[in-house]
Amino acid sequence: MADQQIMDVEKEEATQLEDTERTRDRRVYVARADIYETDEAIVVLADVPGADENSVDITIEKNVLTIYAEVEPEQPGEHSLIYQEFDVGDYERSFVLSNQVDRSKIEATVKDGVLRLYLPKMPEAQARKISVRAG
Amino acid sequence: MFYRRYRNPAMFREMQRLQREMGRLFSAVEGRGQGPTSYPAINIWAGEDSAVMVAELPGVQPDDMDVRVVGDTLTLSGSRAAPEIGEGASYHRRERSFGRFSRTLQLPFKVEAGRVDAEFQKGILKIHLPRAESDKPRKISVKSSS
Repeated sequence: MADQQIMDVEKEEATQLEDTERTRDRRVYVARADIYETDEAIVVLADVPGADENSVDITIEKNVLTIYAEVEPEQPGEHSLIYQEFDVGDYERSFVLSNQVDRSKIEATVKDGVLRLYLPKMPEAQARKISVRAG
Repeated sequence: MFYRRYRNPAMFREMQRLQREMGRLFSAVEGRGQGPTSYPAINIWAGEDSAVMVAELPGVQPDDMDVRVVGDTLTLSGSRAAPEIGEGASYHRRERSFGRFSRTLQLPFKVEAGRVDAEFQKGILKIHLPRAESDKPRKISVKSSS
């Protein structure tokens, strides 16, 4: 295919703080994210396949926004795994928010394994268009 | 001191070979299986009479996926659309890949193409592949000739 491009396949495991361990014996991966900024908001799109609105936790502590998506590993029927390219695990990601973001109006939705975070900017941080008149 | 990398290419080749070998050794210890080769990464579960192929395709629309089965060959292709960010928006980060993908896999047995069933939920595609009747092992009872 001519327009086929290289797509990332390998999952990256999340790093832990030194000398700490996770309570659950489960792999945790870095949720791949796209972040873009518009005039009104900053939007985060994160891949969390296997998670839905009930299994995603979003917390804000001080100025750190953390996404944690729990994914339940499942075994289809009585089958056994004969070929494996990926592991199932939870997803985690943290971002530092700037002061521009209006923390009380953050919206989050999950659809088809993609988490969408809408971080609206404070009115005073929104870009204002200044029209230039001829003098 | 200026370090010249290419003064002794044979030595570097040897070092690279060692590095690759170490990498393989460690990945085997971690038990990640074969490691993905191309998008999307795939797992295959199999039993006596059926198999299930699982792939993580977050954000892909079911209409943009194409699953074909011929005999014991499964082809999964499709495309992942780039997010529509609208005019005037700018990216801070772009880590999610998009574009066309296509994978062909050989299954452990012939599949009853008419009964293949694919479901897409929470960004995970599951394809149920029942084994073809003609391919199932037959038990042959052994009679004594006396």
